[in-house]
Amino acid sequence: MNGLASLWAIPAVQVTAWALLKVVIILGVMLGVVSYLIYAERKICGHIQARTGPNRVGPLGLLQPIADVAKLLLKAEFTPASANKVIFHIAPILAVFPAIVTFSVIPMGPPPMFVVTDISVGLLLFLAMSSLGVYAITLAGWSSNNKYALLGGLRSSAQMISYELAMGLSTIPVLLRSGTLSLTGIVESQSGVWLVPGTRIPLPNWGVFHWYLVLPFLIFLVTSFAETNRAPFDLPEAEGELVAGFHTEYSSMKWALFFLGEYMNMIVICSITVTLFLGGWHGPGPAMLGIVWYLAKLFALLFVFIWVRWTFPRLRYDQLMGFGWKVLLPASVVNVLLASVWLYWRANG
Amino acid sequence: MVPYLFLGFGGLLVATALMVILHRNPVTSALFLVLSLCSLAGIYLLLQAEFIGMVQIIVYAGAIMVLFLFVIMYLNLQHDVEHGAHIAWRRGIGWMVGALLLLFSALLFGRGWAVGPAAAVPPAAEGGNAAAIGRVLYSRFLFPFEVTSMLLLVAMVGAIVMTRGRRAPEEERA
Repeated sequence: MNGLASLWAIPAVQVTAWALLKVVIILGVMLGVVSYLIYAERKICGHIQARTGPNRVGPLGLLQPIADVAKLLLKAEFTPASANKVIFHIAPILAVFPAIVTFSVIPMGPPPMFVVTDISVGLLLFLAMSSLGVYAITLAGWSSNNKYALLGGLRSSAQMISYELAMGLSTIPVLLRSGTLSLTGIVESQSGVWLVPGTRIPLPNWGVFHWYLVLPFLIFLVTSFAETNRAPFDLPEAEGELVAGFHTEYSSMKWALFFLGEYMNMIVICSITVTLFLGGWHGPGPAMLGIVWYLAKLFALLFVFIWVRWTFPRLRYDQLMGFGWKVLLPASVVNVLLASVWLYWRANG
Repeated sequence: MVPYLFLGFGGLLVATALMVILHRNPVTSALFLVLSLCSLAGIYLLLQAEFIGMVQIIVYAGAIMVLFLFVIMYLNLQHDVEHGAHIAWRRGIGWMVGALLLLFSALLFGRGWAVGPAAAVPPAAEGGNAAAIGRVLYSRFLFPFEVTSMLLLVAMVGAIVMTRGRRAPEEERA
């Protein structure tokens, strides 16, 4: 017992223990949120298509996610004979891993309680992990040894590389404003209220309420649809032409891991959007309400994601690549220029 | 703690780097290269160079290696070609590079190996090392930085010109 107490006295041990506890809580909550996010998606999609959605299992169909998970766990596991076995098994793990790692730097409320660790390069960690996310899909497509899966994988790597550039550039004006790469620092730079010049209308000091961050916000939103492979950018799994795309050959829990990864990525990318552009945990009321504000903004954005998916048709592949390279990329470069000139002029002019 | 982590990352780096050249399947080799780049990023983190560590993952592991894999998969290279005249060339070059490496390491170790300072050099505290790198890059190293960006621009234009291919002369006039 004495040994444990002396161990606890070391600051590094305390930090690690708290971080581990937070990680366990986040993982547990995430799994629950993801299963009910799928339920919400099916319900919303149902109502958008003038149906009711799942309503048989439990009241309002609320037990549907549990039934789904049980079904996925009990399903037969199938591996194609000519697949590259090792990579075929690794790919679904890689689909979930980046999303979980990114969650360690997202500030969900005022520090230090509601963030696992606040590192000085939090935003770069997010970009690094989203660039590693490509591997899951590419490798899944290749290792299945199936032409539809391969085509889906190749499409997705091309798509994600193209949209990552615009995504990275659209975060630069945010950095110019906050002067830090730490996500907690970025949220803190959005605190308070500002008055629209020449009027007495107060606005929250969130990124999106400044003119030079409106376009980056929209670009970030569009690229995040592409990064999470969701409609209207779900070309990697365009069922009309590619069967199910990269996960054609996957079944049971391995398929479920891809699904889990997609929804976790959605939550991560919405959290980053909230952090960068929507003021993170800031909102009226005491600081302890921070996590409530954060969750409210997060769920509103998730609703937008689902809404967009069931409203817009899928783009053609060459249109998608053309849009990324010829519209989004130049637009974000021009915006970086404008924002830097504006901020420099305001600071020195 | 740090020495053990260094041993872990360093061991992983050496092991995966060896697997890159020892494995026969090009896709697996490329994946081991990704792993070794990630462990190199870990070593950067131990040296408190967070910015470089993250950029290492974004640029090399995230962008360049994805393109490598893309090309390997697109060409569907299953196994290395084991016949033909160029294999002799390749073997010869391999032996030459190996001999040079041995020679260099013999020279290096022959002159006595000086171990650097044991503790990592603390980074510029204010604003983290991203700010420090930016300040140095835009003041003292501005000229090399600009020259590098020009070089990259030229490479990009060259790549675009090459992928467009050479059109037939009558088509060009039209």
